[in-house]
Amino acid sequence: MKNNSPVDLTIDKTSKTVHVIKEFKAERSLVWDAFTKQEILDKWWAPKPYVSKTKAMDFKVGGRRFYAMVSPEGQETWQVQQYTSITPKTNFKYFSAFADKDETLQLPGSNWDLTFTEHNGITKVSIAITNDSLERLEKMIEMGFKEGFTMTLNSLDDMLESR
Amino acid sequence: MQSGGCNYLATRYLHIMETRRDVFWAIADPTRRAILLLLASQAMTPNALAEEFSSSRQAVSKHIQILTECELVKHEQKGREIYYHVNPKKIDEIDKWVGKFKKVFEAQFAQLDDVLRTLKKQRR
Repeated sequence: MKNNSPVDLTIDKTSKTVHVIKEFKAERSLVWDAFTKQEILDKWWAPKPYVSKTKAMDFKVGGRRFYAMVSPEGQETWQVQQYTSITPKTNFKYFSAFADKDETLQLPGSNWDLTFTEHNGITKVSIAITNDSLERLEKMIEMGFKEGFTMTLNSLDDMLESR
Repeated sequence: MQSGGCNYLATRYLHIMETRRDVFWAIADPTRRAILLLLASQAMTPNALAEEFSSSRQAVSKHIQILTECELVKHEQKGREIYYHVNPKKIDEIDKWVGKFKKVFEAQFAQLDDVLRTLKKQRR
């Protein structure tokens, strides 16, 4: 049985912040690795049918991850995450922005703050995503909308196939 | 014929109106959220609503006006009284919008749940 815990998401338009909380049935060091190691990140970061492809990653303050979300048609949406603060296994922060394939940033971007806490073998990840502008928040949500819609169609496909 | 300047002003004005009518801006305020919660359970007159809050009648009335502009709240005349009630269609819109955004995270994290299960097995 899968029995995954739900995602808690709230949007605060006044502070331009999105809060996301999710619990994982795994010890903190493992969840930390899943968020900070390139080879694990690429396995789950992109919602299917998108694929995450990391071109470069240097997980240290001042370092960055340069990656693409690749659509089933092969269309690449590049993004850069610049690490601004790292407290091992506890918290890390990065500035995230869309980019072109030559890594030229498209500003404004958003600031991500991820906190990891463990209780009885369950790791809670709390994410606060603060946007430079409301427009950026809208864009993020619009992207989510698009991908969310694709996913809805896919799950519909799965459902129909299993009949 | 309208002059260019007039058009510009009209566009600016429309833009301001657009911003004002934004549903999410409207619900960012705690008093307005409280008003919505009250109205969700029953239709109320402006006076009955104002009595629920410590702020001035004018302040509450301003909040109601904003909620009405955003179409989150509708009003109905019954005899001499005006009754406010929530517009379920508009509330649904908020739910759907947030839900779609949430789906991306849900998909991502469901994949991470799978990855973690595999990693846990490998470590054993």
